[in-house]
Amino acid sequence: MFSGLNWRVGFFLAWRQLWRMSLWTNGLIIFVMILTFLNLVVISGVLVGLIEGAVQAVRTEYTSDVIVSTLKDKDYIDNSQNLINLIRTWPQVSRITARYRAGAILEANYKTRRDKDTPNTAAAQMIGIDPIAENEVTGLASHIVEGHYLAPGDYDKVIIGHFLLKQYLPIESPGFTTLENVGIGSKIRIQIGDVQREVEIKGILKSKVDEVSRSIYMLDSQFRSLIGRNDGNVDEVAIKLNDGVDPLAIKDLLFERGMNNYAKIQTYVDAQPKFLQDIKATFALLGNVISSIGLVVASITIFIVIFINALTRRKFIGILKGIGLTREAIELSYIFQSFFYALVGSAVGLLILYLILVPTIAAHPINFPFSDGILVAPVKETIFRIGLLVLATIVAGYIPARMIVRQNTLDSILGRK
Amino acid sequence: MIEVRNLTKAFRDGEVETRVLKGINLKASNGEFIAIIGRSGAGKSTLMYQMSLLDEPTSGEVLIDDQPASKLSASKKTYFRLIQFGYVFQDYALIPELTALENVLLPLLMQNIPLRTARQQARESLARVGLGDHLNQLPSQLSGGEQQRVSISRAVAHRPKVLFADEPTANLDNQSSQLVMDTFLELHRSGQTIIMVTHEEIYARLAEKIIHLDDGQIVAI
Repeated sequence: MFSGLNWRVGFFLAWRQLWRMSLWTNGLIIFVMILTFLNLVVISGVLVGLIEGAVQAVRTEYTSDVIVSTLKDKDYIDNSQNLINLIRTWPQVSRITARYRAGAILEANYKTRRDKDTPNTAAAQMIGIDPIAENEVTGLASHIVEGHYLAPGDYDKVIIGHFLLKQYLPIESPGFTTLENVGIGSKIRIQIGDVQREVEIKGILKSKVDEVSRSIYMLDSQFRSLIGRNDGNVDEVAIKLNDGVDPLAIKDLLFERGMNNYAKIQTYVDAQPKFLQDIKATFALLGNVISSIGLVVASITIFIVIFINALTRRKFIGILKGIGLTREAIELSYIFQSFFYALVGSAVGLLILYLILVPTIAAHPINFPFSDGILVAPVKETIFRIGLLVLATIVAGYIPARMIVRQNTLDSILGRK
Repeated sequence: MIEVRNLTKAFRDGEVETRVLKGINLKASNGEFIAIIGRSGAGKSTLMYQMSLLDEPTSGEVLIDDQPASKLSASKKTYFRLIQFGYVFQDYALIPELTALENVLLPLLMQNIPLRTARQQARESLARVGLGDHLNQLPSQLSGGEQQRVSISRAVAHRPKVLFADEPTANLDNQSSQLVMDTFLELHRSGQTIIMVTHEEIYARLAEKIIHLDDGQIVAI
């Protein structure tokens, strides 16, 4: 089978058959291969990208590259200012933002409500920020859909996540309430522990990241007075790194400096909720199942195409055998043809994938309800899938060719059954 | 030399057995031009298929240079067909996607002849049958007579010991048939052994030995 002579003659035959076959037939088979390739890569890529989009959104809008947060048994990060000062000196760090955080009850109709009226309240995470630093790290200002972003002098003003407002999230659930009839300029009352403060809504944020869309933001200086913390200790520090810096390296550096004794240090990957990782794995599996079905369908298509091709050429296959060509050389000619189709289909598919689909979807993510889906197609995995496609196609081409080539030579020549 | 000893061939269709060859004995010496003639269904082509190792007899033996064909493996038979034999079929049996030159070239490549040499050999072979200027034409672009001459060119390009021809003129007009037969005669004059099956006496008479077959038996030589 693998003698050089068989390969040489097989290639000679295959190349000429391909070259002189109808352009439409070749085009149709290659088109099927392109679709199969895209099915193999794009379906799972979009499914994984749906979650990857969410992961990336959490990274850019909330955790940034590394997030330092409060230990479980602590109310804040001890020695926060030392930590912040240390991080600022590292050349790998681009920007940081420190946050204060506390659970709060928001109430809207406290002025007009009578005793028997249901309070118009919502539970939220209240976050105190330096608006300039926060915007430099997470681009929070770009998510304002109504009103304006916070400015350094904005006392008694807040920006609120859209999931806390009924006009953006019209659902009724006993465990989850939203504020009704609240918009830009509305006054609401915030209660953190026993402290209450009336604030004005300056802007509404819209984001697919829950940590943003279910939070309400105010100036850090005012938040400190609200929670009575004047020691400069913060609850969270999000660290944005320079391009190309590995977040894990910074995490290790913080561990080396013993900062893990004061705070929980996580890369954006560590900070991903487990359910997100589970869904990602599930979608990847689902994508593989769908891709596998696509692969089987493509294999059957190639099988049918090669089988019909070999069947209609049965007489000529018989003649080739009759004049002394080996069965192996003829079978190899069909293997080469299948290989050619798979290779050209994959090559065109690759161009479509990396020159059109990936950049286009990256620039215009798919608008899923809970994430901006991107197309995840790592080169290594793509090459593996091309290998799978080529292998499946070769097998699908070889089997029918073998079936026809192994038939009695004279029966083939004379067209006898 | 090819020798056929007590050769029989039967085809079975369910319970019905049809005996096509009934104990044929025959010798073809090197350099001979033999015509096998007989009416339709006499068993002429079947006999040629057994002699040329395209089929296996039900009983009896085909000896090629005293070597029993029944002892040859399938791959050895393929090798024999490639090196020792050449075939011309009634319907030319050219590969439609290959040009005249490529059709002739293909079995030469299978013999592991370098491409350049094989190409030269194929060109010469086509020139010998008068098709030197039709090298790059596909079979569909050639007339029946031209196609048959490409087929002959393919069959003899590697200088086989025996050239088998199954009704080579059956699909051709008189002029083309004459051209094909002229080619056979010229090959024979250069020492080529030819075994030709035909039902046309006019062409059979050109051979030096005529074997009359009827109902699966040789009735006259």
